[in-house]
Amino acid sequence: MSQSPPEKEPPIEEIRAGLPDPESDEPLRLNLPLVASWLEGFLRDELRRRGFHNAIIGLSGGVDSTTTAFLCARALGPEHVIALRLPYKTSSPESLAHAQLVIDQLGLRSDTIDITPAVDGYLAQVPEADGRRRGNVMARMRMILLFDQSEKYQALPIGTGNKTERLLGYFTWHGDDAPPINPLGDLFKTQVWALARYLGLPPVIIEKVPTADLVVGQTDEADLGITYAKADRILHYLLQGYSVEQLAERGFPMPDLLTVRKRLDSTHWKRALPTTAMLSSTAIGQYYLRPVDY
Amino acid sequence: MKLTIAQAQIRPKKRDYDYNLSLISDLFAQMAPDLPDLLALPETCLSGYFLEGGVIEAARTADQVFSDLQAEFLRRTSAHKPIYGERSRTMDIVIGFYERAGGNLYNSSLYATLGPNPGIAHIHRKFFLPTYGVFDEKRFVSRGRSFQSFDTRLCRSAMLICEDLWHSISATLLALEGALIIYVGAASPARGFRGEEIDNIARWRRLLITAAEEHNLFIAFTSLVGFEGGRGLVGNSMLVGPNGEILNEAPSAKDYLLRTTIDPEDITVARARSPMVADLQAVLGDLALELNQLAEKAEKTQNEPKPS
Repeated sequence: MSQSPPEKEPPIEEIRAGLPDPESDEPLRLNLPLVASWLEGFLRDELRRRGFHNAIIGLSGGVDSTTTAFLCARALGPEHVIALRLPYKTSSPESLAHAQLVIDQLGLRSDTIDITPAVDGYLAQVPEADGRRRGNVMARMRMILLFDQSEKYQALPIGTGNKTERLLGYFTWHGDDAPPINPLGDLFKTQVWALARYLGLPPVIIEKVPTADLVVGQTDEADLGITYAKADRILHYLLQGYSVEQLAERGFPMPDLLTVRKRLDSTHWKRALPTTAMLSSTAIGQYYLRPVDY
Repeated sequence: MKLTIAQAQIRPKKRDYDYNLSLISDLFAQMAPDLPDLLALPETCLSGYFLEGGVIEAARTADQVFSDLQAEFLRRTSAHKPIYGERSRTMDIVIGFYERAGGNLYNSSLYATLGPNPGIAHIHRKFFLPTYGVFDEKRFVSRGRSFQSFDTRLCRSAMLICEDLWHSISATLLALEGALIIYVGAASPARGFRGEEIDNIARWRRLLITAAEEHNLFIAFTSLVGFEGGRGLVGNSMLVGPNGEILNEAPSAKDYLLRTTIDPEDITVARARSPMVADLQAVLGDLALELNQLAEKAEKTQNEPKPS
């Protein structure tokens, strides 16, 4: 009787790994307690170094300024945080209400100044100004008030712009970007949302559709032509040095890639100080280089 | 001989030499009742790290730094007389600073003995100058040209500065020269917040453990803290033993003074079990040949005419 053939071993287990999934938010994931604690340290250190005990924030009731307010309250104590509400006549009443919700929840000091008379005083002289110009005037008026009130309260203005809007140029130059320090500027919008959830912001603020609230009905994502979630994933890889073509090969839709690339490439000037004609070998910022805290 | 190593994780005030010297002077006073054998301080701790073109204004000669430290040491510790059994009111110091020397500027680390018989034992000038991303050192300082181990009253020692240790060959060269302890000063800005700890802390941990374990020696890593223009320096100073074990560690982002007692004899025990340095020494001739061939090839490639 012949022996039966030895039983065949089952195929060995295979473990596969591939290139990153363009639909995955995993590359943007953060250790949120660590980030929050680091940003609180940043706020404390910067205020101390600049000789301030108080921070002042333009609180719109949106997720960026509210997250900034939460971080400041944790870092400095709510009694050292002044929330300024700066509505224009067309601002959504919901924005004002959300800002008040934050002021009450955190116990912040606060003030409300209507920018309508100041803005309209100028706009009355330029009736042809379109929505874009009007929006920029409002943003810059808020900047003027924020800095003036910072003198009154002896408080350092804190910026609230996130990395996505900075990279896409979706802000008013010398308006929203004017404050001297900014805790959120290296966080993409989707990362700000995650941080907001960790910090315990009111859900109504986290979940509402993001808007600059400069024109009635305006939304950020409609203005940008892409959702923040998609833009953030693309920006993450573009900033690392991947080309549009490489990302298209990895499955990112070309129209999205081009939308982001075009905005990024056309707004480098907004992320820089004004350009000065260089004439000497001691030109400031070219040859004469000293850091901000020098 | 057991040694007590102190490591000060401090936040200097930007380009304020006198204030930063006073910080160190206060440490002398704090430690005076129970002086360690050595105090290690971080990279560029007399000025802050990110100075850009301000290096020329902040840099000091090694002689000035040494004489200022010696004067402060005597002033702040003289009230405490040596107690029975104590060696003397003597302490060694390792300190990072921007150096003026021979018409050049360097990112340097000084090893000196303070007390009745003071003297400079060695100056290490940073060999690998990071010039990428947030770093721009080659633009503002010259690079050092060598790695050297040197004898001290405590044990044969060596110094590295920050990126110097990111190249494994640096620690290898120092181990081959007989270093039993390497003092690494650093100013490491935080980046990468995905993991359990900040990415560059995790990387330092891997590097320090690997270098100490491979060469079976001690590494004292002392790192700055504080924010410099939004760039937060991580700290997380640590002392790693000859089996790659972390013997002491400071949390990140805050000022701390670590104090660790070590026994250099642990190196003998570790090397008896894992003779990696001896194995390396045994094949040094072959390795030197390999390195020479690589160097010749690199030189030839550099001198070849470029295709038109």
